[in-house]
Amino acid sequence: MKHGKASRRANSIIYIILTLLCVVWIIPVVFLLIHSFRAEPGAAIKYLLPKNYTLDNYIRLFTETELFNFPRWYLNTLFVSVCSCILSTIYILMISYSLSRLRFRSRGKLQRIGLILNMFPGFMSMIAVYFILKAVGLTQSLFALILVYSSASALAYYVAKGFFDTIPFALDEAARIDGASKAMIFWKITLPLSKPIIVYTVLTTFMAPWMDYIFASVIMKDNYQNYTVALGLFQMISRENIYDYFTMFCAGAVLVALPISILFMFMQRYYVEGVTGGAVKG
Amino acid sequence: MIDIDYLASGPVRRAFIRFKRRLKSLPRDFASYMARLPGRAARAVKRIPDALAGYARIFARGDFFTRLSFLIMGAGCIRRRRFAKGLLYLAVQLVFWFYFLNSGIYYIAKLKNLGSNVQTEIWNEDKGIFEYTKGDNSMLVLLYGITALILLFVYLAIYLSNVRDAYNSERAARDGGHIPTLRDELYSLTNENFHKTLLFVPSLAVIIFTVLPLVFMVTIAFTNYDRFHMPPGNLFTWVGFENFRSLLGFGENKLLSSTFRGILGWTLVWALFATITNYTLGMILAILINKRGIKYKKFFRTIFVLTIAIPQFVSLMFMRILLSETGLVNVFLEQIGLISQPVRFLTDANLARITVIVVNMWVGIPYSMLITTGILLNIPEDLYEASRIDGASPVVQFTKITLPYVLFVTTPYLITQFVGNINNFNVIWFLSSGGPMSGDYYQGGKTDLLITWLYRITTGEQNYKLASVIGIATFVVSAAFSLLVYNRTASENKEGDFQ
Repeated sequence: MKHGKASRRANSIIYIILTLLCVVWIIPVVFLLIHSFRAEPGAAIKYLLPKNYTLDNYIRLFTETELFNFPRWYLNTLFVSVCSCILSTIYILMISYSLSRLRFRSRGKLQRIGLILNMFPGFMSMIAVYFILKAVGLTQSLFALILVYSSASALAYYVAKGFFDTIPFALDEAARIDGASKAMIFWKITLPLSKPIIVYTVLTTFMAPWMDYIFASVIMKDNYQNYTVALGLFQMISRENIYDYFTMFCAGAVLVALPISILFMFMQRYYVEGVTGGAVKG
Repeated sequence: MIDIDYLASGPVRRAFIRFKRRLKSLPRDFASYMARLPGRAARAVKRIPDALAGYARIFARGDFFTRLSFLIMGAGCIRRRRFAKGLLYLAVQLVFWFYFLNSGIYYIAKLKNLGSNVQTEIWNEDKGIFEYTKGDNSMLVLLYGITALILLFVYLAIYLSNVRDAYNSERAARDGGHIPTLRDELYSLTNENFHKTLLFVPSLAVIIFTVLPLVFMVTIAFTNYDRFHMPPGNLFTWVGFENFRSLLGFGENKLLSSTFRGILGWTLVWALFATITNYTLGMILAILINKRGIKYKKFFRTIFVLTIAIPQFVSLMFMRILLSETGLVNVFLEQIGLISQPVRFLTDANLARITVIVVNMWVGIPYSMLITTGILLNIPEDLYEASRIDGASPVVQFTKITLPYVLFVTTPYLITQFVGNINNFNVIWFLSSGGPMSGDYYQGGKTDLLITWLYRITTGEQNYKLASVIGIATFVVSAAFSLLVYNRTASENKEGDFQ
C-alpha cells in the first residue's frame, strides 16, 4: 500500500500546517483574553505573560461607571441591534423578494439604481445624514441609530436576492394555478423555504451595530450616555486613557465578542449557506 | 470573441483567458458605457414630449370631470364613485400645495445662489452684548431645496397618475367596463401590485437616508463649502468644476493633486494585493481542511470562524498595540534576540504598507475560506466518482475539477471583493489610521486609502467640498471595476462553459 502511506504522510503535513495556522489565528484572541485578566496597568508590558492575574478588570467595568458607563453602553448596543435587526430583516426580505420573484416594469431600473447607490462610499452620505437627523431633531439618539442602520442595510439585498433566485419558479406557478395571490405565495410558499437566508440576514444585521464605529461616531458625537460599545471601548484606548484602561478595554472586548462568537458558532451552517448561496451568484 | 485558442484550452485556461480579456477591455467598456450615457439621457428627454402629448390627448378627449382632474386632483375618481382614492388624491394636492407655497418654493428659489444674507453681528448698547441678525444658512437652503425638488417630482408622479386614473375610469364607465372598487384596489396590493406594498417602506427609508444625502453630498462638490465658508456665520455658493480641477491638477494647489494621485495609486495596489492574498490563501486553506481523510474539519473551521465574530475594531486596535514599537511583538523579538532595535511595523512607510496587507490576511482569510468551503461542498460528487473510474489521480482531480469549478463560480465574488477593498475603511483606519503621515501629502498618510483620506478631511478640517469630490472619485473607480462584473458576466459566463 504505497499509495496509502504517501497520502498519510501528506495528511500529517497538512495537519502540521493547519495546526500552525490555527495557532497564528488564535494567538491574538488568546492574548486579548490573557490581558483582560492582567493585574498590572499599562498598555504594553515588557514581558510576554502577565505576572499577576485578577478579575478586577471585569468588576471595574460594571462598578466604575462615572467615566465609562459600560453596562449602559452594552444595553444600548443590545437594544439597537435587536431593533435594527428586526427592521433590516424585514426591509431586506421585502426588497430582495420583490426584485427576485416579482415581475414589474421598473424592476430593472430599480436594480440599476441600487447598484449605483451601493458604489458610493457609505461614509460620504453620513455627513448629510447627520444634518437631516438634526433638521428633524433626532441626532444623538438611539432611535436615529436604528433608523440609519436599518435603512443602510436595505440596499444590501444581494445575498438574499441570490437565494430567492434559486427557488424554482414552478412552485409559484403551481400555487397561482390553484388561485393563490402573490402575497399568499410569499407567506405560504417562499418564506417557509427561506429559513437559511432569514437566519443569515438576522445574524449579519444583528452583528452590525456591535462592529460599527464610524456611523455611530458621526451620529452620537459626544453624547456618552447613548454610546454603543464600539464607541465606548474606543474611548478607553485614546491616548490619555490607554495607560489606565487598556486592561479594561480587553475585558470589555471579551464581553462583546463572547455573545457574538457563541451565536456564530451555532449559526455557522446558515452563515455559510447564506454567503455561498447568495454572494457568489450575485 | 470565441476563437480556436480559446476552444482548445482547458477550463482553467479558459477562465484565465476570459479574465485577461475582461481586464484588457475594461477601459474601453468604461468609455463606451460613459459614451452611451448622453444618448440614453437624450432618448429619455425625447420621450417627454411624447408623454406630454399623451396627456394633452387625454385632456382633449376626456369629459368634464377628467379635465377637472387636471385642476383638482381626484375629481374624476370621485365622479366614478371611487371616493377613497379620489379623496386621497385631493388630500395629497392640498397638503403638497400648502407645503410648497409655505416653504418649498422659497428654498427652490434660493438654490440659485444658496442664500445671500450673511448673518451679522450687531452691538446692542442697552444689553451690552452682540446680537445676531438672522441670515441665510446655505447648508439648510441646499438641504431643504433638494428635499423640495424631490417632493415636487413625487407630487408630479402622483398628479399624472391621478389624470390617468380619471381617464381610465371614464373610459371604463363609457364602454361598460369594470371600474375597480376600493376592495379591488386593496386586493391588487396583495397580488399584481404586491411589489408596491413590499417596496414602499424600504424605498422611503432608502430615499431619506441614502438618496437625499448622496444628492446633497454630490452637489457639495460643486460648491466652496469648507471651514472658511461654514454656515451659519458664513455662506457658501456654487463654484462649478473648480474642486474637480484642483483635485486633478489643473488648479493652483499642486500638492492636492499629487496627494490624490499617490493615494489613488496605493488604494489600487492595496485592493489588488488584499484581494489576491485573501482569495488564494483562503482557497488553499479551505481545500486543505476539506481534503478527504482530514479529521476535525469542524474544529479547524470553527477556530478560523471565531475571528470573524470578534469585532474588527477590537482585533485591529489590539493588533495595533501589539505591533507598536513598545508592543508585545517587538518585546518578544527582542527577548529571543532576533532584533536589537524595535521594528517600526506601523511607522515606517513601506513596512506599514506590508503590515496592513499581512494583518488584513488575518482578518480576511476566514471569510474567503468559508465561501470556498461552501462551493467545495457543492461540487457534484459524481464528477469525482466519474474521474476516479477513469483513473484520475488526486492531483488531476484537483486541477481538472476542483480548481476550475471554484474559479468559475467565484469570479464575480473576486471583483466584488476588489471593490470592497477599495472602500475598506476598517482595516486601515483602526490599524494605522492611514499613517505614517507624510509631508509630501496634503493631510494624508502613506497607508491612506481614498476613503480614510475622505474621513480625515471631513472630521478634521471639515473640508466638505474636497471630501465630496474624493467621494465621487471613489465612486468612479468602484463603478469602473463593478462594470467588469455586471456588464460582462451575463453575456460571457454561460453555465455551459464549465462542463
